[in-house]
Amino acid sequence: MNDTAITSSVSVPGKRDSSLMRRIAKNRSIYLMILPGFLYFAIFKYIPMSGLVIALQDYQPYLGITGSPWVGLKHFERLFNDPMFFTILRNTLFLFTMNLVIYFPVPILIAVMLNEVRHHLFKRFVQTLIYIPHFMSWVIIVSISFVMLSMDRGLINEVFSMMGLEKINFLMSNEWFRPMYILQVIWREAGWGTIIYLAAMAAIDPQLYEASRMDGANRFRQIWHITLPSIRSVIVVLLILKIGDVLELGFEHIFLLLNSMNREVAEIFDTYVYTAGLKQGQFSFSTAVGFFKSVVGLVLIMAANWLAKKAGEEGVY
Amino acid sequence: MLQDKSIGSRLFDGINYTFLFLVSLVTVLPFINVIAGSFTTVTELAQKQFVFFPTVWSLDAYRYIFSTNVIFKSLGVSISITLVGTVFSMVLTALMAYGLSRKDLVGRSPIMFMVLFTMLFSGGLIPTFLVVKSMGLVDSYAALIIPNAINAFNLIIMRNFFQNIPEGLEESAKIDGCSNWGILLRIVIPLSMPAIATISLFYAVTYWNTYFQAIIYLNDPAKWPVQVILRQIVILASGLTADTSGFADDFVRPPEQTVKMAVIVVATLPILLVYPFLQKHFAKGALLGSIKG
Repeated sequence: MNDTAITSSVSVPGKRDSSLMRRIAKNRSIYLMILPGFLYFAIFKYIPMSGLVIALQDYQPYLGITGSPWVGLKHFERLFNDPMFFTILRNTLFLFTMNLVIYFPVPILIAVMLNEVRHHLFKRFVQTLIYIPHFMSWVIIVSISFVMLSMDRGLINEVFSMMGLEKINFLMSNEWFRPMYILQVIWREAGWGTIIYLAAMAAIDPQLYEASRMDGANRFRQIWHITLPSIRSVIVVLLILKIGDVLELGFEHIFLLLNSMNREVAEIFDTYVYTAGLKQGQFSFSTAVGFFKSVVGLVLIMAANWLAKKAGEEGVY
Repeated sequence: MLQDKSIGSRLFDGINYTFLFLVSLVTVLPFINVIAGSFTTVTELAQKQFVFFPTVWSLDAYRYIFSTNVIFKSLGVSISITLVGTVFSMVLTALMAYGLSRKDLVGRSPIMFMVLFTMLFSGGLIPTFLVVKSMGLVDSYAALIIPNAINAFNLIIMRNFFQNIPEGLEESAKIDGCSNWGILLRIVIPLSMPAIATISLFYAVTYWNTYFQAIIYLNDPAKWPVQVILRQIVILASGLTADTSGFADDFVRPPEQTVKMAVIVVATLPILLVYPFLQKHFAKGALLGSIKG
């Protein structure tokens, strides 16, 4: 007992190193297990991060990163002077705000209502149905919307014409793009989004509800004073994550909805990067666009996390 | 538990149940409409506007889409990618998650940080594309699997699950002379079946839904998975774009509504089939690791 205390308090550099080496050597097989995953992250996540330097070059595929000429901030200057930049920024921020203000509360509302259901069968029935769309690809969700919204034989327009209303070209209009976008987001994700809130609510002590009932609280008061405060930290965590996703508005989703008629409201950073980069081959310029996007996202998530901690919540990291 | 039986409370229940029932209905009606529409005739669809249960059953739409091998082929591609990709992703994820669950591992936290950071920041589309291209993966199915082999979120869920397995079990196995591989294969994996089932299904769904990767990395239409074909037939053929390049000849003419619906059903069916299994597992599995209390 005493011996070990003494040896560990006396620092013998060589000895500590060898014990470290021994610990590493002992776990050789564990390192071997981690290796493929480690290589995956290094190659497909970290090498592309270092590839961001091509935003500062006039990248030529045949010259490569080492051979392409350096041009400083040329591409960023071009981006900030591009009138398209403000359209994209406006669209991105608009859709982001819609996500935050319109979509975000919906799963909370549904989860609160589901939490009040006492019939287990009914609860399971609702949950089973509302989770389904989450597992469908955006191609399927958008395809179903197209079939239902098209001018020609689309369900919604057929109903409109039956009621003597004018048909609306939802798919090719500036005005209908945003409502259509957010409704599709809600349709696909709101049900699935209830899962975490429901789990948090399952952890609430039932005695709290009983005590409040003794004090004469009705159902609304119970929701307001017990359910919602109990899931506050979960709401905050998910809100931070959502803010960090500011520029991840569902690339596939918007890409599928985008057409020449709604470009003015639908073009976002990601679709612009795809068109300018992969379609037109402007690698350096579109990397600069993507770089700008990634940095803004990182700054926002850090700011949101900082704010959450200031407000006495745990934050995500 | 004490039940609140007041009038206000009953009214609340009534409104609540109605609300939730309507939410469920609105969620699934579009699917029902499409499934029913795919099994009816073009004329019935034209006469009745909305069909939730066809009066005239017809397999014409399916006969049409399977009259060429475009759909068959793309289904084959999607099924292969899903099977191979899921196994590949699970092996990589489970191995790394197990390694990172070992608290005695030197360098564990820097590696964890390396993983977490990728969730906050990324090199973006173009640099990633250039890496995939320089590895010679373009136009191969490997491009749909390898560059997205591990999902950081799934990895963390698995690691947390592994960490919750009592250490005593592993220690006693070690004393009995079990190697690290033995512990993983004979103790950790068998005890983690709910998590493994859940994450496998998450990966399978992702691979089945692969679409954008295919657009970027596969130039040859003959190699496209079913999601890309679906987009060609339903979204592009709606006359919204002039981009009909790479179209299979049979689909140049804008297809009938029933045909579009049938293609949607075919691209959706596999998920609808695994969904009951999915449903059984994910509530149990995914939540265990995802968020603390």
